[in-house]
Amino acid sequence: IRVDSRTIYVGHRSSSTNEAFIPPKFCDNRIVSSKYTVWNFLPKNLFEQFRRIANFYFLIIFLVQVIVDTPTSPVTSGLPLFFVITVTAIKQGYEDWLRHKADNEVNKYPVTVLEDGRRIRKESEKIKVGDVVEVEEDKTFPCDLILLQSSRGDDTCFVTTASLDGESNHKTHYTVPDTEKDLESLNATIECEQPQPDLYKFVGRMHIYKTNQEPAVRSLGPENLLLKGATLKNTQKICGVAVYTGMETKMALNYQGKSQKRSAVEKSINAFLLVYLCILVSKALVCTTLKYVWQGKPGQDEPWYNEKTQREKDTNLYLKMFTDFLSFMVLFNFIIPVSMYVTVEMQKFLGSFFITWDKDFFDPEIKEGALVNTSDLNEELGQVEYVFTDKTGTLTQNNMEFIECCIDGFQYKYQDESSELDGLCVPDGPVSKLQQKAGREREELFLRALCLCHTVQVKESSEQGQAHEQRGFIASSPDEVALVKGTVVERSSMYELLHVLNFDPVRRRMSVIVRSKSGETLLFCKGADSSIFPRVKQEEVERIRMHVERNATEGYRTLCVAYKYLSEEEYAQADAGLREARLALQDREQKLMSVYNQVETGMSLIGATAVEDRLQEEAAETMEALQGAGMNVWVLTGDKMETAKSTCYACRLFQRSTELLELTVRTLEDGGRRREERLHELLLDYHKKAVQDAPPVKAGVTRRWSSANQDYGFIIDGATLSMVLNSSSESNASRYKNLFLQICQNCTAVLCCRMAPLQKAQIVKMVKNSKGCPITLSIGDGANDVSMILEAHVGIGIKGKEGRQAVRNSDYAIPKLKHLKKLLLAHGHLYYVRIAHLVQYFFYKNLCFILPQFLYQFFCGYSQQPLYDAAYLTMYNICFTSMPILAYSLLEQHICIEVLLDNATLYRDIAKNAMLRWGLFLYWTLLGVFHGLLFFFGVRFLFSNPALQDNGQVFGNWSYGTIVFTVLVFTVTLKLALDTRHWTWINHFVIWGSLAFYVFFSFFWGGIIWPFLKQQRLYFVFANMLSSVSAWLVIILLILVSLLPEILLVVFRKPRGPNARQIAPVTPLSYKHLKEDD
Amino acid sequence: MVKEVKELVNRPDNTAYTQQRLPAWQPMLSAGIVIPGFVSIGLVFIGIGVALFVTSQSIQVLEIDYTGVEQSSPCFKCSDQTGKKCDCVMNFDIDSLFKGPVFFYYGLSNYFQNQRKYSVSIDYNQLTGDLDYFTNPDDACFPFQNDRNKPIVPCGAIANSMFNDTFQLFQLVNGQKKEVPLDGKGIAWWTDYNTKYRNPSVTPLRNAFNGTVKPPSWPQAAYELDTEDTSNNGFINQDFLVWMRTAALPDFRKLYRRITEGDYASGLPAGNYSLEIVYNYPVLSFDGRKKVVFSNVSWMGGKNEFLGIAYLVIGSLCVLMSIVMLIVYAKFKFPEED
Repeated sequence: IRVDSRTIYVGHRSSSTNEAFIPPKFCDNRIVSSKYTVWNFLPKNLFEQFRRIANFYFLIIFLVQVIVDTPTSPVTSGLPLFFVITVTAIKQGYEDWLRHKADNEVNKYPVTVLEDGRRIRKESEKIKVGDVVEVEEDKTFPCDLILLQSSRGDDTCFVTTASLDGESNHKTHYTVPDTEKDLESLNATIECEQPQPDLYKFVGRMHIYKTNQEPAVRSLGPENLLLKGATLKNTQKICGVAVYTGMETKMALNYQGKSQKRSAVEKSINAFLLVYLCILVSKALVCTTLKYVWQGKPGQDEPWYNEKTQREKDTNLYLKMFTDFLSFMVLFNFIIPVSMYVTVEMQKFLGSFFITWDKDFFDPEIKEGALVNTSDLNEELGQVEYVFTDKTGTLTQNNMEFIECCIDGFQYKYQDESSELDGLCVPDGPVSKLQQKAGREREELFLRALCLCHTVQVKESSEQGQAHEQRGFIASSPDEVALVKGTVVERSSMYELLHVLNFDPVRRRMSVIVRSKSGETLLFCKGADSSIFPRVKQEEVERIRMHVERNATEGYRTLCVAYKYLSEEEYAQADAGLREARLALQDREQKLMSVYNQVETGMSLIGATAVEDRLQEEAAETMEALQGAGMNVWVLTGDKMETAKSTCYACRLFQRSTELLELTVRTLEDGGRRREERLHELLLDYHKKAVQDAPPVKAGVTRRWSSANQDYGFIIDGATLSMVLNSSSESNASRYKNLFLQICQNCTAVLCCRMAPLQKAQIVKMVKNSKGCPITLSIGDGANDVSMILEAHVGIGIKGKEGRQAVRNSDYAIPKLKHLKKLLLAHGHLYYVRIAHLVQYFFYKNLCFILPQFLYQFFCGYSQQPLYDAAYLTMYNICFTSMPILAYSLLEQHICIEVLLDNATLYRDIAKNAMLRWGLFLYWTLLGVFHGLLFFFGVRFLFSNPALQDNGQVFGNWSYGTIVFTVLVFTVTLKLALDTRHWTWINHFVIWGSLAFYVFFSFFWGGIIWPFLKQQRLYFVFANMLSSVSAWLVIILLILVSLLPEILLVVFRKPRGPNARQIAPVTPLSYKHLKEDD
Repeated sequence: MVKEVKELVNRPDNTAYTQQRLPAWQPMLSAGIVIPGFVSIGLVFIGIGVALFVTSQSIQVLEIDYTGVEQSSPCFKCSDQTGKKCDCVMNFDIDSLFKGPVFFYYGLSNYFQNQRKYSVSIDYNQLTGDLDYFTNPDDACFPFQNDRNKPIVPCGAIANSMFNDTFQLFQLVNGQKKEVPLDGKGIAWWTDYNTKYRNPSVTPLRNAFNGTVKPPSWPQAAYELDTEDTSNNGFINQDFLVWMRTAALPDFRKLYRRITEGDYASGLPAGNYSLEIVYNYPVLSFDGRKKVVFSNVSWMGGKNEFLGIAYLVIGSLCVLMSIVMLIVYAKFKFPEED
């Protein structure tokens, strides 16, 4: 039975002596991130591998070969399968070994545990829930602890959670109030919730038992909880009691892997696979049917020279048919390439290194390059149609600079410290006055509010006596640093901090309650205009609103500051409410929220501040490139509309000529009618404008290039979006959603402001599931972007300032927004072209491999006689033809990177999975069929007279197969050579090397009588083949005939028309463009 | 596939490979290359094609079907009896000199030597002279593995079905039969004869076969295949070797003899010939046909029209295509070329 809370006995001391103390069972403090142990590795890994449909298929084929009498030995399919399974197992084993190592490092880490007053060194994994653990400065916490005692005088300690969420600032944690200083005699129990993964939530209660006293109760919150993985800073040592250990710590609970994302290419592969499976089955069916038709003719079933055994004669006809069917399946099963999976995996794994290695992604500031969290999505980077970007920290630098403030409607601008200061202003505050100024007491109040209402820590510089410029500020929000930096006031006014009403994104404001020396109780509140304005006296609003709005349109982040005096009764009420809410075990959040809302009313507005958030480097260029590449860029931000809009203008997402379609609370309220009606009306109106009246977009040419068209930009805010998505009536909801999507799809840029994190994900999901299933990409840097990063097909994290959460949850992480351009336009494009070609080529080469074998059945009485020797069957995909395509899929640059970056439009040519469409697949399939037919019948006509040597001797069936196979290996390799447009020495090496290896292997394989072989089928077959002029001539003829149409096609398919230059490099095999760029 | 970059201060290597900047050759297929290429390939192909065609035309072939299906055929009397020895004579004329060396093939139609079950029915170890396998033939030979509990040597369907018609060729000179000497050497692959197949090293050879039986369809045992020449007996009998190299297609021919000796070294002169056939091999039960083929060979092997015609057609097509391309380019492309 799962209970809602757990009880922990601090130091394993029972609360009362008469109660029998039964230590509750909790899991130990061992972290197990590894999947396997030495013992279960083999079965577990094999089980997991064979759960993959392809591996399972090959296993079945292998088993059929073992059980049924089939034409090829089990080795032919068993060996490749074994190879694949072994390679994968080794890779996974190695990864797991690394995890084991990492686990051990954590689990064997020595820690100090206090037991009955003694300090005992233990291994970290031995910690039990209830142990009192001592942690020293700069050490990480071995498990989740409740802070009991700190070496700092003020009962606090500082912690960085860099390894948890990447936030490197120091966070303050508090000891449980009023606990005994002597931990040995502390007799307490902790009641807290069961483990849950949210890092920022924790509720608990501590009962402290003192002799002859009622037990005292203290509330515990996240500020008392020290998380495993965080590091102690600025504090000599602390003691804490373990509450969650091992796999129940919040870190471990958060470790759970992300859901697997699958790329569009993989879906295409599976679709193609299905087609080939159908081909395979139908081939087997055709052969089985024809076999029995053919055998029905007199004399054919059992000629005297090929007598059947008695057992064969007795076997049931249908059973025979079934085994024949299975045999044909086995014979043709090479059409589904087991090696393709290996090659694709290798290509993805090795290919992803090029992203990490790219020095253009290296950011000297943070000294880091790009990070690849998954290599499964490389090619998806070349398919992006929608880009959802966060604003703050992504489009902008999240590097705040104080610009100006306004107090009571008067404007103050920040100037360099060297500039003259207005004597009347605050003595050394870098705020100088413009024109008029407000009353001095208002100024002071404003500055005081800014000084008090924050969570900034002043980090004392080690050299004392230095001026205050030396101070560093560490705060939980970069906004605050900027503000405090802007208003450093050396003032020794003492205020007693009574309560902090923390910031949260729903309220969008924070408050502090302080008591001044004179005994007055004040509440200072700071927050977004929309959340402050309704809570202050309305007559004050207008003066400041003007400034706020002007600042917002200039692209600054604005904050409003308000205050109110609290009377004794008011304070007492608030104090009681807050304390009660903080103690609550259930629904603490809601209770706190209601108290907050209650207190933060009726304030008076003092002023507003404006902080500039500068654009990221090359943000505008990047956005322009993305749009040029045919991507729809949507900005999803929690910021207010005006700020976001100005950022959009600055990024050139909106142009001067862009007509903005607004769908916000403000436009909805304009008509003075019911919002719903107005929404309906606006949606229809916009839809008419942007969708119906717009001329139909021609494929390939988008609005941007036809200047006659009007550009539209669409703006929607969170409240309106939720109205669109959750309309009152069901029918309307889906209709609105459709209208909304259609409008958005016809706009060059869409801005969604005032978005909650979940809404961001909602939008991504909506677009993802809309018609045509476009590929989406989300890019963000903060924790609020995680949901959309996880939701989108490709999630990109920016290694920004707001912590590492986005990076950890992303598929790829880059240091700066500007890197997105190269990541998509160059890397994505190349990866897509590479893997698409890889997939098509693989299917092609296996089709023309197996087709002759199929055709041969018509000439061997449907007896499942293999055309090729078993060695060739096995080695074809493993050795002879695998390396060139792997090299191609790693190194090919059909267009060089610079050209790709310069011409964003090239990206459009591969949009919508262009290289894996059914049309192209059909082309490749027909090519395979053509080659297969050519190989087989070319040699067939040659063999109408098998006397091919000048000594009159004749060739047998293995010579036949070897000639076909030689033509095959050369043709498919040269076909790839023809497609390769970027010949590095590696390409040369593997292409010519593979062919040489084939020749060498054939000589070697045919040159020795192999003792382990039952039949020496190929003994000197290859050498004899080469001694025949006719064989040489037919091989050359067939190879050239196979490839010449390809070359012809290239020459005739050269694109014409105005866009030829852009399109030229992407059409397979037109080399023209490249040379020009060299 | 999660990779973690552990070292934070790792600037990526600035090498040509990691930055994808390996020097590369970027070939270009432009009209300037393709058209001359096609022309030259076309011309070379036409040249080869003409050579092949002329050569192939010069090869003489004479085919004689002796299955005996028609009543008029001299071998008709033999066609209905299976297994029993029967002789028949086919007479034929040669109008002009049949240039030598002449190769004497026998051909079988609708005969599936490439049947899977058939083609695996062989024990290679026996055929290398390994005596262990004489007493214990491989299971693959079934149903020609044991005959009444005695092991068959050589076992298996291929060996059992060895072609056993024999021929004698006579030139009729002034009513006299003049035997044309037939050379049974050099008809099998050199490697088959010298390395792949071996007789057991027992002399006399027949002792090695003690306790074994001959394949049921054979008239004589393996050690009696050529009693006159020990180097052509047993498993290295060249007729046997030729048969054991299974044919690729159901209509095939195999080399029987070469006519390289005596008066006939330079070919068969014009005249009347008589082919005396010992008709043993039954083919009508599975609707097969038997024939003998006389042919001379050239550097390209036996007569094969296909290669020459294919080379000519492809060569002409290449030239034709290059002309078409030239026209297309002259009309549309040349301004763009530079």
